[in-house]
Amino acid sequence: MNLSIRMLRNTALFLSLSASTVLAQTTVNILRPEVPANEKAYYDQVVSEFEKTHTGVDIAFEYLANEAYKQKLSMLLQSDAKPDLIYSWAGGVLAQQAEAGVLQDITAVMSPEWEDSLSAASLAAFTVDGKVYGIPTNANEVVFWTNTDLANKAGIDLSAIKTWDDFLAAVKKAKAAGVTPILAGGKDKWPLHFYYGYLMVREAGKDGLAAAIAGEGDGFASAPFIKAGEDFKALLDLEPFQPGFMDTTFEQATGMFGDGKGIFHLMGDWDYGTAKQNSATGKGIPDEKMATVRFPVVAGGAGQATDTFGGINGFAVVAGAKPEAVEFLKYLSSRENQAEAGAEGLFIPVTKGADDRMSNPFFKQMSAALVASSFHQIFLDQALGSDVGATVNDAAADIAQGAATPEEAAKTVQDAWSVR
Amino acid sequence: MTSAASIHNRKSRSIFADLMSSKGQAVLLLLPPALLLFTLFVALPLFDAAYYSLFKWNGYGTPTDFVGLDNFRQVLNHGIFWESVRNTLIVLAVSLFIQLPLALGLALMIYEKTPANTLFRLVFFLPYILAEIASGLIWSFVFDGNSGVASAIFKSLGMDPVFILADRHWAFLAITLVVVWKYFGFHMMIFVAALQSVPKELLEAARLEGAKRWEVVRFVQVPLIGAAIGVSAFFAVVGSLQLFDVVIPLTNGGPSNSTHTIVTYLYSFGLTRNRIGFGSAVGVLLFLAAVGVSIFYQYQTNRRSK
Repeated sequence: MNLSIRMLRNTALFLSLSASTVLAQTTVNILRPEVPANEKAYYDQVVSEFEKTHTGVDIAFEYLANEAYKQKLSMLLQSDAKPDLIYSWAGGVLAQQAEAGVLQDITAVMSPEWEDSLSAASLAAFTVDGKVYGIPTNANEVVFWTNTDLANKAGIDLSAIKTWDDFLAAVKKAKAAGVTPILAGGKDKWPLHFYYGYLMVREAGKDGLAAAIAGEGDGFASAPFIKAGEDFKALLDLEPFQPGFMDTTFEQATGMFGDGKGIFHLMGDWDYGTAKQNSATGKGIPDEKMATVRFPVVAGGAGQATDTFGGINGFAVVAGAKPEAVEFLKYLSSRENQAEAGAEGLFIPVTKGADDRMSNPFFKQMSAALVASSFHQIFLDQALGSDVGATVNDAAADIAQGAATPEEAAKTVQDAWSVR
Repeated sequence: MTSAASIHNRKSRSIFADLMSSKGQAVLLLLPPALLLFTLFVALPLFDAAYYSLFKWNGYGTPTDFVGLDNFRQVLNHGIFWESVRNTLIVLAVSLFIQLPLALGLALMIYEKTPANTLFRLVFFLPYILAEIASGLIWSFVFDGNSGVASAIFKSLGMDPVFILADRHWAFLAITLVVVWKYFGFHMMIFVAALQSVPKELLEAARLEGAKRWEVVRFVQVPLIGAAIGVSAFFAVVGSLQLFDVVIPLTNGGPSNSTHTIVTYLYSFGLTRNRIGFGSAVGVLLFLAAVGVSIFYQYQTNRRSK
């Protein structure tokens, strides 16, 4: 079944791509997950300007639904129809691809100026064993998107939320006031892993995570990781989520936040746009009635308050990509183009100095937190590779439903990590 | 010796003659495409999967990390796999012992050719025509605790809305309900066709002998459509083993991986996690189960026809 679907798909893609290559001398194909219309317009703009100065080069963006994109990639990258550039969330998935030889090492073709123009931490995310396989374009931090009207109604002082206990107290207040404290898209699992993952960052810190990844001691089954699960469980014992949260997808949850159905929604920068888009009115909550709250610290945790958890995303270069593809990537990641994306509020750019024109007040705060970050952990479901990543998501969902204790969840993750 | 050689000669000549006949030419012309497709899309992937199942492989490059039967050991030691087997068996049992009797009962009520019966047949058959993904989505709206029909019923009874798809104990029951709803029409149509071919004289004779309605069904109609029931049961078993596309939109195997069938298990733990070797091992096990069912079915039908 597997092979036949792969062959059909590849044949179809090959035919469609080969048809388009006939038209221009060189076509650079870029594949990425679906984005909102304004971001597509932005790429169109960048492409048309690039093509003006590069005659005979045709840049073609192709968009796929998020899940379909992730699942299609491994087969596609090994076919003749592989694109030149692919969107990537870096981490273990990128490392797997690099090890398999389906990505191209662009270290040698990167000029020192280009390298210097990007923030070091984000470029490091696209570097595997000292070799650069892609260029980061945006970063984000997971925060609590907050409905201030509802928070006021429940008598919650947002500025007082500094520790996990403060946050639990706020949740209790909301429950007492009869307001849904938190919205969560539990059916997709990864939104729940934001809690579990961020708590791991807070409890274990940079060194603890590095040790677990290196397989030292009990790894992900060691005390800080169990503690992270216990912290998560302490929240769940308050029944903080909307009823039936395990049957709610991310898309539904973000729409509920836009409709003002709950106070908090733990998400990255993209929630700003999707909460509006998926709300009943299509407008969501006005900016002045929204706030972001940084993820609180835990008492006695090894992590620092300035540590951040989120994504570093960009484009990876596929093995055998045309030189023009790298050329385009250089142009796309230039300060002017990235500053434009920041100014339009599309994402938080990682090119140095490109954040100066950012207009979105929430993105500005995230950007400041990222600049000041002492340690940035990429989403664990990406960082640990697709298999262990999915296990972390499962473990978070299991704790959330009481299907596993914090010890069992930690052990499941460690077992998956040790046999990966 | 000579006689053996001449027999051989005659035989090969006759094969050659067969091939030259018009029927033989048709076979020569029409067999290769079918054989090619079968080889490409059935036989080769099958051997591929069996080969991959011996490797730890993430789908990139060629498999090199030979692990013997380790993937099988992992599958068989995985609690969620056995839960998916249990779920598959539940679907199988529900299909055989609830869905088929239901389909048979309905078929007995509406097999006669009247305009009203045609309408009922159409209505009952409708769920089967809908795409699996579409029916899954429709039912996920029905079960939705906030806005679904199910929650409206609970609310009107003065009860709290129930999120059945978010409940680890009840979610799979909801799936079996959808499976019965989706496929009973298909089995009903098989039974309707079979019942229509039962000679009317036999029914009349039975009635003249004083057989009641139930006795006619029990001793005349059901025995005469035995073959159709066998086919139906076979489809139900194979369909249960393959159940996938209804589950994905309803629960995606959740909550807590409690509603996987063997195929959604293969998909979630093999394909989406880039564990092609592991997934292939599950595929091989599923294939063996399917072969077992087929052999058992063939054995049963052969025995009956003897």
